[in-house]
Amino acid sequence: MASLPLSDDSRFGLRRQVRLAGPIALSSGARLGPLDIAYETYGAMNADKSNVILICHALTGDQYVASDHPVTGKPGWWWRMVGEGRPVDPARHFIICSNVIGSCMGSSGPASLDPATGEPHGMRFPVLTIADMVRAQAALLDHLGVERLAAVIGGSMGGMQALTWPTLFPDRVESCVVIASTARHSAQNIAFHEVGRQAIMADPRWRGGDYYADGQVPSAGLAVARMAAHITYLSEAGLTEKFGRRLQGRDAKTFGFDADFQVESYLRHQGLSFVDRFDANSYLYITRAMDYYDIAEDHGGSLARAFAATSARFCLVSFDTDWLYPTAESRIIVHALNAGGAQASFVELSSPFGHDAFLLECPELNRVVDGFLRGGRA
Amino acid sequence: MSALRPDLALIARTVRPGARLLDVGCGDGALMAVLRDRAQADARGLEIDPSNVAAAVGRGLSVVQGDADTDLRYYPDASFDYAILSQTLQTTRRPDLVVEELLRIATQAFVSFPNFAHWRGRISLLWGGRMPVTRLLPDRWYDTLNIHHVTVDDFRALVKERGWHIDGQWFLKGDRETTHANANLFAEHAVFLLRR
Repeated sequence: MASLPLSDDSRFGLRRQVRLAGPIALSSGARLGPLDIAYETYGAMNADKSNVILICHALTGDQYVASDHPVTGKPGWWWRMVGEGRPVDPARHFIICSNVIGSCMGSSGPASLDPATGEPHGMRFPVLTIADMVRAQAALLDHLGVERLAAVIGGSMGGMQALTWPTLFPDRVESCVVIASTARHSAQNIAFHEVGRQAIMADPRWRGGDYYADGQVPSAGLAVARMAAHITYLSEAGLTEKFGRRLQGRDAKTFGFDADFQVESYLRHQGLSFVDRFDANSYLYITRAMDYYDIAEDHGGSLARAFAATSARFCLVSFDTDWLYPTAESRIIVHALNAGGAQASFVELSSPFGHDAFLLECPELNRVVDGFLRGGRA
Repeated sequence: MSALRPDLALIARTVRPGARLLDVGCGDGALMAVLRDRAQADARGLEIDPSNVAAAVGRGLSVVQGDADTDLRYYPDASFDYAILSQTLQTTRRPDLVVEELLRIATQAFVSFPNFAHWRGRISLLWGGRMPVTRLLPDRWYDTLNIHHVTVDDFRALVKERGWHIDGQWFLKGDRETTHANANLFAEHAVFLLRR
């Protein structure tokens, strides 16, 4: 198989979906299977399958890492990192990006149909963890005939998956790039997510999650959830620079509750455009998975122990204006890796863009990731 | 190796092939890259300046952004053959504690520093009455990163006081090695190899 031109294999290419028999054992003790995984691949596997890179997406991301989004028409969400001439390059790498389970872009989640009933799962879908998302990715790799990853790379929630990979599958990962992320969700992280969940569940159209039949989705609640979360992705300096106290399309305050300020208008737009592409129940499930995330907790309270079995190289990057997953969280990971003697690199980069910096133009980030990935081939 | 700073070249010549080493204050990783490529060393770095870290990681080196004064404690005992502290000692808040940490983490430690008792500096201070600004010490008193000015004899006294052992010592004048005799007066730069 290794000598075949794998790009002719129907398993590889854009907009793939596969139904895996499973079941996979979930952190909760439940089992999930069969499960659908929607994914894309770019580039070709080399003969010894040593060039495979898995990209993990963030909370509201998807598998369209480097191709146009089918709903929004926008370019892939990480085209700055993945693409021709980029650090992750289909000319050199075989790149996989799959939609996490629990999401709504083609992988099994609350909106997908329960094969037993033919109805959407809704809130009967099992509660997931970041580790469960990784287990599903591992099942996809089995299907694709990939044993080892040259690298697993992700930012934010994608970084959580990337960091979880070597703890669950120490022999399947050679290197791990964790950007703007953390080893556990803090009280503040959980608190913001709870605001979003409560906004969704307070929407009368949510109806316990059974809103699929009539299409009356809890878009108002989901939009508020997105607005609150979006603030955490930006920095105060960034907001001030972009909007300040400037008014939106008017010369004076209205003494009413219209979106007088540009920042209000911007957030409303972020909320409204989000509901067109995302399922409210998926938002509940994925934020829950992130809140349950604490790698040390899963290893007797010791983060260092979590990485004891792996020989993977690690690269961590944080941003100085990211207050969602601040540099201190990356340092905790670095110290644990140092304690275990792992090969670890870490840098805090400067950016005005807050948490979102990992998705935006940052030549230093590309330089670090490119050098790190090439360093493995020295 | 000609591109390396002379003190680094000297360290590169001395390190055993295949050694595990931690370069504290590794800058852009110039020494680490040489040790990796020519001595097959398993080299790790610690560096405070983010653009230096980015440059080092960009050359494929394992470098962590951190501070020698606060971050060495996260490394386990005896996890390296060598620790290297080149041109960094005089910038730390507690040089003595940093060297203690190096000797806890590694079997041997290279410590290199500019000698503040070099005769040019002495003359500058004695006759000019001003803090020396020389080729090796190009910054002025208010913008220098060097917060602990140390001489060869100061360092020897510290080594003696702490009971460390000197496995090797080298002195540099310009780009060349110079004699041990009167090093405190004539050496611009000192490199010590210590062991606990």
